[in-house]
Amino acid sequence: MSLPSQGRRPWTFYVLSVMFTLFVLFLYGPMFIMFILSFQGPTGGLVFPMRGFSFTWFEALFGQARTGDVGGAFSRSLPLALIVMVLTVLISVTAGFAFRRRFVGSGFLFYTAVASLIVPGLVLSIGILVTARFLGIPARWWFTGLGAHLSWTLPFGLLIMFAILGRLSPSYEEAAYDMGATRWQTVRHVVIPIVFPGMIAVALFGFTLSYDEFPRSWLTVGSLNTLPIEIWTMTTNVTSPALYALGTVTSAISFVAIGLAIGSIAYIQHRRSKRT
Amino acid sequence: MKSNRLLTYLQVTPLFLVLLLFVIVPLALVLIVSFFRYQMLVGLVPDFTFKNYIDLLSNPTSYKLYFSTIKFTLIVLAITGVLGFWVAYFLVFHVRNLLVAIGLFLVCTVPFWTSNIIRMISWRPVLGTEGLINTALLESGLVGEPISWLLFSDFAVIVAYVHLFTLFMIVPIFNAMARIDKALLEAAVDAGATRWGVVWNVVLPLSKTGIALGAVFVVTLVMGDFFVVAVMSGGLSGSATSGIFNDLQFLNYPRAAANAVVLLIIVLLIATAIFRLVDVRKELVR
Repeated sequence: MSLPSQGRRPWTFYVLSVMFTLFVLFLYGPMFIMFILSFQGPTGGLVFPMRGFSFTWFEALFGQARTGDVGGAFSRSLPLALIVMVLTVLISVTAGFAFRRRFVGSGFLFYTAVASLIVPGLVLSIGILVTARFLGIPARWWFTGLGAHLSWTLPFGLLIMFAILGRLSPSYEEAAYDMGATRWQTVRHVVIPIVFPGMIAVALFGFTLSYDEFPRSWLTVGSLNTLPIEIWTMTTNVTSPALYALGTVTSAISFVAIGLAIGSIAYIQHRRSKRT
Repeated sequence: MKSNRLLTYLQVTPLFLVLLLFVIVPLALVLIVSFFRYQMLVGLVPDFTFKNYIDLLSNPTSYKLYFSTIKFTLIVLAITGVLGFWVAYFLVFHVRNLLVAIGLFLVCTVPFWTSNIIRMISWRPVLGTEGLINTALLESGLVGEPISWLLFSDFAVIVAYVHLFTLFMIVPIFNAMARIDKALLEAAVDAGATRWGVVWNVVLPLSKTGIALGAVFVVTLVMGDFFVVAVMSGGLSGSATSGIFNDLQFLNYPRAAANAVVLLIIVLLIATAIFRLVDVRKELVR
């Protein structure tokens, strides 16, 4: 009897490898099938077989009459996701530092953030809409929508910062102060370099979670839709591969964001490991 | 360290303001509005009535919806729990190269950063009556006619839930397992434990916090969901939230609010029950 991590590979390794491979197929298979089907020929349908290969459905996507206002939805979803990303990084990084010290209300704030994470999105959506009504302002993507998205991204950002800062020993900062660094110099040259990869991770969560958020957007973005809501309406009234084409386009944007984030974190880690 | 009380409060002010305006006040207003009266064409009428709650609790449909939601929750919890545990176990204890393990872990997490709706739609060409599975079954002659319950059924809903939410189990369990000192496992083996005994008596208890965190995510996501059920069941099944959805279509905000409050209480009760079992904050901050 030996441990799975030593010596000859036990039979369980092979069983679990097969299970893992099947799981990955289950995760990605349908998505890739959709990507392929989005290049259907003009006479193709929602299922196989492929009737030729074309970009017809990508073109149809941005013709307003057939599929609704996809271009407009893009032009709101992208800026919104970018704003949410910047705010999520700024707010969760600063708050993360505050949480390293005990302060009055830290428990309350922490549990509110956790509650914000586990409250059903639709419930919060109703609440934000009603709040806007009481304040006498209409629901708009750049205000109520933005707030609703932040209520979803900030808890994630905060939890990531906890994980990162948990590994940042205060003695680094103390050493910097002892050597005569000002507070700003310490932050600039000691703290930021250490937490920077974590900040990229927070940015990734901020961007993608906002870009794809549906339940919290539904009531809060107002009359002008963001992309996930546009897709939701399309599922009921568009029965052409244009729906898949939209899925391919929006997944491509997500993959670019993920690739940029993971790539830059890997690059930073690689450069650091070479330096030491 | 130069710590400064004022600075600490300044640092949390933005977070506090966002949570106040977009979480605390909205939830308080949902509670208040749930006691309001609903009037056709007028909408909200300030009042203090329990009518919305009585409506809700005396309606057999709401029990049916909650029963259906809880059924889905338990099934999905069981599947994602088992799957998440073994996937994490494989990554942490069987994959020997750390870089490979991190790479495979990322492979599991990437879908989380893509659109849920798109991932649901992508099941259509697979599960539909003319989809891949049915075509394959028909051509191999295993079935005479397409299986109709693959899409737009409870089965499809569960497939989509497992597809979307297993990640929420894998990540926390992976985190918990990665912190287990491998020497503990060696000690257990030296003391005569079988392979199964190590998993059951060492790995499982030490992954408890991860499983609990994952369970909180899965329970709240499934209980708060309405659009997976709507898309994947084709309107045949409902969830607790689809009741809210219906009320909203009729602009009946007070009843939607009452419904939301009941849902929120149930979800928070389950979450606190799970948090009681393990001190999650200590886990997260450490």
